[in-house]
Amino acid sequence: MGDRVADVKNDPRAPIDPAINSPGREGLTGTAPASLYAPSFDREQISIAPDFVPADAQPAWRQDFPIDWPQDLYVERRDFMKFMVLTSAAFAAGQLWIGAQNWFRKYTGSPPLQRIASVDDLAVGASIVFSYPSEHDPCLLVRLSTSELVAFGQKCTHLSCAVIPRPEENSFFCPCHEGRFDLRTGKPTAGPPRRPLTRIVLDLRGRDIYAVAVEERTT
Amino acid sequence: MTPSAKRPFSRDQRITIVYGMLVFVLILLVLQLWLLTATMNAWLGGDDSIVWPAAIVSTACLALNFGLYRYLGRIERTRKGEQA
Repeated sequence: MGDRVADVKNDPRAPIDPAINSPGREGLTGTAPASLYAPSFDREQISIAPDFVPADAQPAWRQDFPIDWPQDLYVERRDFMKFMVLTSAAFAAGQLWIGAQNWFRKYTGSPPLQRIASVDDLAVGASIVFSYPSEHDPCLLVRLSTSELVAFGQKCTHLSCAVIPRPEENSFFCPCHEGRFDLRTGKPTAGPPRRPLTRIVLDLRGRDIYAVAVEERTT
Repeated sequence: MTPSAKRPFSRDQRITIVYGMLVFVLILLVLQLWLLTATMNAWLGGDDSIVWPAAIVSTACLALNFGLYRYLGRIERTRKGEQA
């Protein structure tokens, strides 16, 4: 009897047992060698579930769809690093953009002379709006006294809202975030702005007031 | 020689390397952010003396960050090559 079983196993013409886990079926179509499912002792091949429970005690769905959590963690960190490097590239591009704008500002040179108004048109304490050096740069000319005139860019140095002159309070007021600038110097006195208003250099020629230059300041 | 012995770093080691690189990259990123805001503030205030030095330093930080990222990729490639 034992010899007959051995003959059936070795004889290729012998009928094959249809059971999938029968001996001798490994490697045939639709099956895999049993060694493939043997527990691996290579540390890098072991899948660790987030609850750290051994693989045998995990629910069936997790055994059917195992996720390599350490590898997942590694890939997440690597992708995050890629994102950080892209952000770094954006910052460097921003720096180069400032450099290009600086070059452009120097290339265009100083703005031309521009007549604003006549002294006779402006009463003491009054102000007028003009554009200098381009039409997109609104400015304010304020007459502080009979002999004193000041002009500043109208854009608030916080978020570019238009400031309003308030001679009675001796200040420029920004209604967006309640920023205030000194009327005489344009320096910030209250609110979020940290830089003074852009100063427009004036020149009095006869009775006419001219804007001759723009002075950006940090303090 | 076992397959894992062929690899330059084990997976645990690579995770540690990624963490170390991330810390370094984040420090450089904060430096770049500070540089950008400080440069913008100075430039809008009419001070253009720091524009190009800051741009050079920021580009150097980017090169360092990119180099670290490339190094990470090189570790991966070596591992894949040895497995094949």
